[in-house]
Parts: sequence; structure tokens; C-alpha cells
Amino acid sequence: MKEIGPRIDEKKFRQIGRRELLKLTPVLALGAFAIPSWQEGLLKKGLGFSDWAAARFFRPGHSAPTFDDADVAPFEKFPINGYDVEDPGVDLGNWTLTVSGEVKKPGEYKLSQVQALPLVRQNTRHVCVEGWDVIGRFGGARLSDFLKLVGADTTARFITLNCADDYYESLDMATALHPQTLLCYEMYDQPLTREHGAPLRLNIPTKVGYKQAKYLTDLKVTHVLDRVGYWEDQGYSWFYGL
Amino acid sequence: MRGEVIEIVREMPAATVPRAPKDTTDTKENVAGMDEAKVKATDEVATEAESTVEVDAAGDDLSRSASERTAMPDGAISGEDKGDEQVDQEPSDVARAAYEHPFIVRLCHWINLVALFVMVGSGLQIFRAFPSFGAKIPQKDLLHWPKAFAIGGWLGGALQWHLTFMWIYMATGVLYLGYQILSGNYRQVLFTHRDVHGVWPMVRHYFFFGPRPQAREAYNPLQKQAYTSAIGLGVLSVATGFAVWKPVQFSWLAWMMGGFHYARIWHFAVMWAILFFVLGHLIMVILHGWNNFVSMLTGWKKDPEY
Repeated sequence: MKEIGPRIDEKKFRQIGRRELLKLTPVLALGAFAIPSWQEGLLKKGLGFSDWAAARFFRPGHSAPTFDDADVAPFEKFPINGYDVEDPGVDLGNWTLTVSGEVKKPGEYKLSQVQALPLVRQNTRHVCVEGWDVIGRFGGARLSDFLKLVGADTTARFITLNCADDYYESLDMATALHPQTLLCYEMYDQPLTREHGAPLRLNIPTKVGYKQAKYLTDLKVTHVLDRVGYWEDQGYSWFYGL
Repeated sequence: MRGEVIEIVREMPAATVPRAPKDTTDTKENVAGMDEAKVKATDEVATEAESTVEVDAAGDDLSRSASERTAMPDGAISGEDKGDEQVDQEPSDVARAAYEHPFIVRLCHWINLVALFVMVGSGLQIFRAFPSFGAKIPQKDLLHWPKAFAIGGWLGGALQWHLTFMWIYMATGVLYLGYQILSGNYRQVLFTHRDVHGVWPMVRHYFFFGPRPQAREAYNPLQKQAYTSAIGLGVLSVATGFAVWKPVQFSWLAWMMGGFHYARIWHFAVMWAILFFVLGHLIMVILHGWNNFVSMLTGWKKDPEY
């Protein structure tokens, strides 16, 4: 049985109760999110903070899990995803990658030049922002090798990319230099099919699916992010490292 | 201050005879932390300065002589042991109140009520983007969750809410856990082996019309089990969330859960477990009345059962 302590009058008790209740007013600060004109700005800041924290978690030396051939989904089960058309009608015969920006050797690069770089094949998990995932088999040149080839300034912060279907994306340099980030021209040991981004796409196992742009046409090395990304401009996360 | 029990009396009528100073009673002192003097509700007192009746004042009440402080004997109701001065006072005018919930506990409770609501709502909207735990090809949806009961409107919006409020949710959880551990307040609510035998009698009482076990402490064994589990589920919601958000950087965590694909299932399952807890919690709050509810607002529970 608890010791019965001191005694106060009811008015005092109510005063104490009110004061204790008032101490909780900071909770009302959350109400800021309910104000329509403030909502967008607050959420944008929140997402920006999340992106900043996400970049802190990135470890350049840490690899995404790779899988045995037995774990790889059959080619027909690897979804085709895009934002516009599945086949933007790339002229494969005359295709080049236009390289510009902070590079010593800008200009047009043929697919054969990319294919001349060491080939890396990897079985990795592709994660879509929608929530599904699929393990696929990808092959290509390390983006870091290609950046060396074009004499890129790797102290620059960003790579921006344009695509044949008018999709566009950008990468942080740390991810661009990651050994698993590929300029991918093969899937399942075959050249990319049109729907999967022929002739060249990004394969980045440390990033969410929508950052792995297909049908690449332009690559720029830059200190400044002038164009961020198609889905980012709709309100999605920019960094989205897995 | 947590655990402090006080008495509340209605304001004394004007006819109350002012008391002569009393000897301090022989019984035990107040529990630790209550060294300040509380003043009886006499006219004299009513005219005293506010500061002399602060419940949580740090120091002694300097305007009252030591002899006027009294400690109530165990189990005494007002009117007894007081001698002639208290003869007018009716015991029924006295209520007791216990200080059950410290400020930080209450603050975290209400913040995370909002945060959890947003996390669940936005999480369900995210789920709607791919309401399946199987392959994409062919897609077989598990259940259709209505947009009206989700937050965010679309996947992009929902992710903004989810990735913003998760920081509030986590920070509040850390604050709560830190406070509970460092203050020792966790003891009143943590489920331990000593509570195991008390669970069934509570379950029998709540669900099978068994007798009401005597309340000895602020939280009964079933409550302790529920609240301890709830915190565990909160931690799991964060762990599974990190595995889903960053399955590469937290690949060890994801691996423990069976990989990204399974971590997503666990994350979903933990949410339902938390919702089940919330449902039970709300029912119990409603059943246990206004005074109990108010205790999570002011900290004080009037007429505690123990």
C-alpha cells in the first residue's frame, strides 16, 4: 500500500494538471504538416534530409550482394519498365554516346569503344521503388573505367545523363566510381534488347531502379546539377541509394 | 517524482478552525524525492504565497516550520489521528492521486501517436504501388488497400511523408528509451520473469470473466507484457524499415531477415502487429475511464486502483 503523502486542495491539483498539460504543447508543432501551404515545403525538406542521411550511409568499398546463376530470374520474368515508350526507336547502327563537361576528351563515343574496356558480368538484385525486386544478370564496362578513358575530372560531384526517350538522370560521383556501377550493354550474356535499353544503359546495384537510365545518349561530368532526374522532378528521392 | 501519491481535498469551508502546530508524527517519512512541505487546505494556507505549495518544488517550504509538516501514517484516511482540529473534515472529500507518467514519457507518447499514424498511412500508400509479396511477373496482389485510408495520394507523395516522419518516429523512440533507461523509470513497465505468472489471471479477468486481481503497482503484468512488446515491435519496425530502405548498405541486417524481398514482408507484418497492439490499447484506454486517460496528459491519475 503506497504511503499517502502530502495533501493539496482541488484547485491546486487542477492548476498542476493544467500546467502539466501545457508542457505538452510542443506536440502541436507537428500540426505544421497539416497546414496545406506549408506541407510541400516541409516534406521537401524532410526528403532532402533523408537524402543527405542516405548519402552518409553510402560506403564506396561496400558491394551489393551478388547471386548464383541459379537465383537469377528467367529473362522473360525480368520486367520491362519505362516512363514513356518501351522502344524509342534508337538508330543502333549510328548510335554514339555524347560525352561532355569536365573531361579531357569530350566527343562522340562508339559502342565498340565501351566494349573494348574490361567486361564485368554480375548477378544482382534490381529493386524498383514500387516495391518489387528481381535478380538479373548484367554485363558491361565499369563506369569508372569509362571515366578514365574520357579523362574525366573525378573530383567533380555529378554525372548527368540523357536518354533517347527523353528520360534523364544524374548520379553522385561516389556512386559513379563504385566498382559495381556499369555502363551496361548486355543482359543475360546477350546484347541488350530494345525494350531493356539498347544499346547502352546503366546498371547500378547500389541504387534504386529508376536511377538506372536506359537508351543512354549523353553523359556529362559536372560540378553543378542543372538537370536532376525525371522522377526526382516529380518529387522522388534523388540519392536513393540502396 | 514518479510514484508520488498525494491527497486532494476540496477547498475547506471558512469555518475551519485554524490548527495549532502539531508534532511531526512518528511514522515513516515520505518516499524519496518528496522533501518539500505540502500545506493543508486551511484558510491560512489559502492566503500563503503560491510557492509554498509547489508540488514539485525542489526545496523545503521555508515558511512552514518543520513541526507543521506531517507524514500520513500508512493507510490512514483523513480525519484519523488528527486530533480535534480535523473533526469537521469529511473523508469523502478527499481523493488520492498518483503521479504515473513523467513528462518525457507523455511527450513521446503523443508525438509518436501522430508519427505512427503517418507512418502507417503512408506505408499503406507505398504498399498500394505493389500490393504483392510475390514476383512482378506474373503479379498477384495480396490485398487491395483503399486509397482513402492511406496518406500521400500517390507513391511519390507517400514516400515523402514516410521518409520525413521516420526521423521523427525514430528520434522520439530513442528519446523515450533513453529516458526510461537512464531514469530507471523502465522498471514500472518492463515485463520480466517475475511478471509471467501474473499474466494469466489478468487475461482471465479481461476476457473470461475471471475475478479482478488486486492492483499492486502502476502496471499489471499483462500491461507490462503488452507495452514491452509494443516497444519491441517499434524497434523491429525500424530495423525492417532500414533493411527495406537500404538493403545494400545494411546488407547484414537484410540478410538476417532473408534478404530484401523477405525484409519487405517482415516490415509489413510488424506493422500489422503494431496495429493489433494499438487496437487493444485503445479498447483498454476506453474501458479504464477518464481519470486513467487524463494521466497520460497531466501525468497524475486520480483515484489510482493501488
